[in-house]
Amino acid sequence: MTARHIVGASAPRKEGWDKVTGAARYVDDMALPGMLYGATVRSTIARGKIKKITFGRGVDWNEYVVVSAKDIPGKNCIALILDDQPCLASDSVNHPEEPILLLAHADRHKLRKAVDAVAIEYEPLSPVHTIEESEGKSTIIWGTDNTFKSFLVQKGDVDAVWREAAHIVEGEYFTGAQEQLYIENNGVIAAYDAEHGVTVWGSLQCPYYVHKALMTLFALPEEKVRVVQMETGGAFGGKEEYPSMIAGHAALLAMKSGRPVKIIYDRMEDMVATTKRHPSRTRHRTAVSKDGKILGGEIAFTIDGGAYATLSSVVLSRGTIHAGGPYYWPNVRIRTKAVATNTPPHGAFRGFGAPQSLFAMERHMDRIAQVVGISPVEVRRRNFLKPGQTTTTEQTIRENIDLNHLLARALELSGYAAKKKRFAEENRTATRKKGIGIAVFLHGAGFTGSGERYLNSLVGVEATADGNVRVLVSSAEFGQGTNTVLCQIAAEALQLPYESVSIAQPDTTVVPNSGPTVASRTAMIVGKLVQSAAQGIRQTLVKTKLLSDNYSPEQFSAACKRYIAAHGALKSLARYEAPADVFWDDEKYRGEAYAAFAWAVYVAEVTVDFTTYSVTVDDFVALQEVGKVMNPVLATGQITGGVAQAIGFALYERVVWQNGRMLNNQMTNYIMPTSVDLPPIRVFFEELGNVHGAHGAKGIGELPMDGPAPAIVNAVEDATGVRFCSIPLLPEDLLEALRPESLERDVFPVARGSA
Amino acid sequence: MSPPVAKSAKSEVSFIVNGEATNVLAYPMERLLDVLRNHLGLTGAKEGCGEGECGSCSVLLDGMLVNSCLIPVAQADGASIVTIEGMSAHAMMKPLQEAFLECGGAQCGICTPGMILAAVHLLEKKPAPALADIREGLAGNLCRCTGYMQIFEAVSRATRPRVAQ
Repeated sequence: MTARHIVGASAPRKEGWDKVTGAARYVDDMALPGMLYGATVRSTIARGKIKKITFGRGVDWNEYVVVSAKDIPGKNCIALILDDQPCLASDSVNHPEEPILLLAHADRHKLRKAVDAVAIEYEPLSPVHTIEESEGKSTIIWGTDNTFKSFLVQKGDVDAVWREAAHIVEGEYFTGAQEQLYIENNGVIAAYDAEHGVTVWGSLQCPYYVHKALMTLFALPEEKVRVVQMETGGAFGGKEEYPSMIAGHAALLAMKSGRPVKIIYDRMEDMVATTKRHPSRTRHRTAVSKDGKILGGEIAFTIDGGAYATLSSVVLSRGTIHAGGPYYWPNVRIRTKAVATNTPPHGAFRGFGAPQSLFAMERHMDRIAQVVGISPVEVRRRNFLKPGQTTTTEQTIRENIDLNHLLARALELSGYAAKKKRFAEENRTATRKKGIGIAVFLHGAGFTGSGERYLNSLVGVEATADGNVRVLVSSAEFGQGTNTVLCQIAAEALQLPYESVSIAQPDTTVVPNSGPTVASRTAMIVGKLVQSAAQGIRQTLVKTKLLSDNYSPEQFSAACKRYIAAHGALKSLARYEAPADVFWDDEKYRGEAYAAFAWAVYVAEVTVDFTTYSVTVDDFVALQEVGKVMNPVLATGQITGGVAQAIGFALYERVVWQNGRMLNNQMTNYIMPTSVDLPPIRVFFEELGNVHGAHGAKGIGELPMDGPAPAIVNAVEDATGVRFCSIPLLPEDLLEALRPESLERDVFPVARGSA
Repeated sequence: MSPPVAKSAKSEVSFIVNGEATNVLAYPMERLLDVLRNHLGLTGAKEGCGEGECGSCSVLLDGMLVNSCLIPVAQADGASIVTIEGMSAHAMMKPLQEAFLECGGAQCGICTPGMILAAVHLLEKKPAPALADIREGLAGNLCRCTGYMQIFEAVSRATRPRVAQ
């Protein structure tokens, strides 16, 4: 493969060979001499005071290492944003499965019995389990008002629009919790010694988040905490904040025992105790002109954050900014809040608030179309954001984006018009009714608002002694293609073959802090920094006259070797610089929320079986504009994977709660799509020449999570005539709504808007 | 979810692993998965769920595709077991691995060893599978990253003769 065209080519995955041969090393594949295994004793109630802990009979407790909150040398918290979540509960618990004690033993098999033998007596306090109970405030479980964070976005004069409205359209929409369900459960190994401090090897997304949390927990300086990311078997946001918790636990046991400690959750523990997507409720009240133009509206978006603040404020922020969809709102008021409940904290999951508020927006657009009496396609066309217009946060769209064009192409690719007509005719007599639905949406790339400024990411590229090049970033590979794409960018910047560039395993003693691997920021933000750091290597070689402007890879390699022989090392760093035109006002929640957006139009075709009440997705078209497609195979894989996960979000994956605890915490009863459940997922890209990231790349990883759920539910409504407003939408929900006796009484009046 | 190991004493189990006669001293109810990973250092089989749903612990046992998390090691006594580590000599292995790399069939990689064994098992039964056969043949192996499309493509491509370039 020639270097010149490496960006934009489907370079093979850097670590791919190790993965297809089974040689790739995940944390559970690693063992250290003398290693113990750790386990966690967790609360059995949702909220209460811890009265007494008894170590039961039948277990020789001398064999076990036991850690409680008293053993924590630093601050008992998982340092993140508000530091309100304890690493180990000491006097009270605020959710089921909250960690209280840690046990370690050399024989893994002896842990289960010991965990069960610890009896904890509580004085129970009344818990809060729903958004409604939390906002009712009759019981305060967090702060003074159960509210982690609230935002208010105001644009124009909403109060004036209701008078001119031809229609006022209201709707209320719900999304459920969703489990990330990476196939590799959370796991770490920790080691401790007084001289070197704490070392953790783990399955994680953000080495420096764990690094910061361990410094706080152990009161250690940064050089005495080392975090190494092992090959990571899927993450999807589920290994953004939680690894700090399990790493802290293993490290505490390692410190107390003086031996390395491995903690690997099994599936049931992982599902019941770790983070999930925030459940949400969105209310829309929209003023619309007689020809279907949005005049203005109010959006109230509320998410359930669980028991501690963790990342809820940031999830809420992204959900808030995406709540208006890809539409022009001359006037809007968006009120949002994240509230506390006594469930394990909800956390990061691909899309990060946007799939929730965009589900509501895209269902609501179909509702507006019905009320106005125009098609779902037409209502969107009349309201699309155009370059030069402003978003709800008054960010001017400077990108070259043409949503009408994207929509037209997606409709053509899916055969939308013909199918819509045919289904309407055939459905009259069929017991398997078909429908087709669309969703148009956007996803901001990178941290919101001033986030990238605060992160202040640093990236390195170095020449190695053998004359090759190595990328140094803390950005982690967990399937999305970080290693490959960043190596492609460096290879292209230096005009080297892809094979001459490698990437360091993320290890906080080796790589600088390039920020967390989240928010679809790696290709766009970190990629740009890799590009400039790589260029720095060449400039150094040219400036020292070791290299001319035109060089072959062999000359480059020879120049590197000569430089290293003379100076010891050749390393180039690049630090984030905020673009001059990105301004954000955190107080008013106004301004340039994101440096760039990815845009998409998705079309779903479904069959609803009126005998089994199941929904099958028959065809799925995913068309998006993500800037430059750096690696078509990897990019396509991001979209198909995201669409599959979002089909699960829409139609399969229901977390069943009882007293704040997940009841179906197994793969046998929490159902994700298998290879026989999914439609052909047909992926298409448009490149409209945007410029922000390296080579004009924008974020891609989260985008495909946003659109499928509303497109599918829009299609289900097209098939059934029933206005479903809540996901997941399972056969039992359809049965409830489609039973003939309830159809006449409850459903048809609602569907007709006459209820 | 490892089931509690019975209090019984360890006993010797003899089987053939990747072509080599092997003896291990293990509790009879120990999971084959744990014996492969912990006693024999064959870590290519992964634990995803511990209850036979996800297929990431797939191995071949006397030619059958099994979830090694569900097999007590005593049941494997006398059997021939093939793990991903022992597949390098298999005729379908290289084409499958290359196709997985080219088509994007592996993302995070945790399901990949099991998925490739499931594909080998399928291709042994059906050398030229239709898409529906591939979907069916891989239905016991969950992948959360790819949405499966590129895995289908990889399996399909592996069955086609390569054009010399």
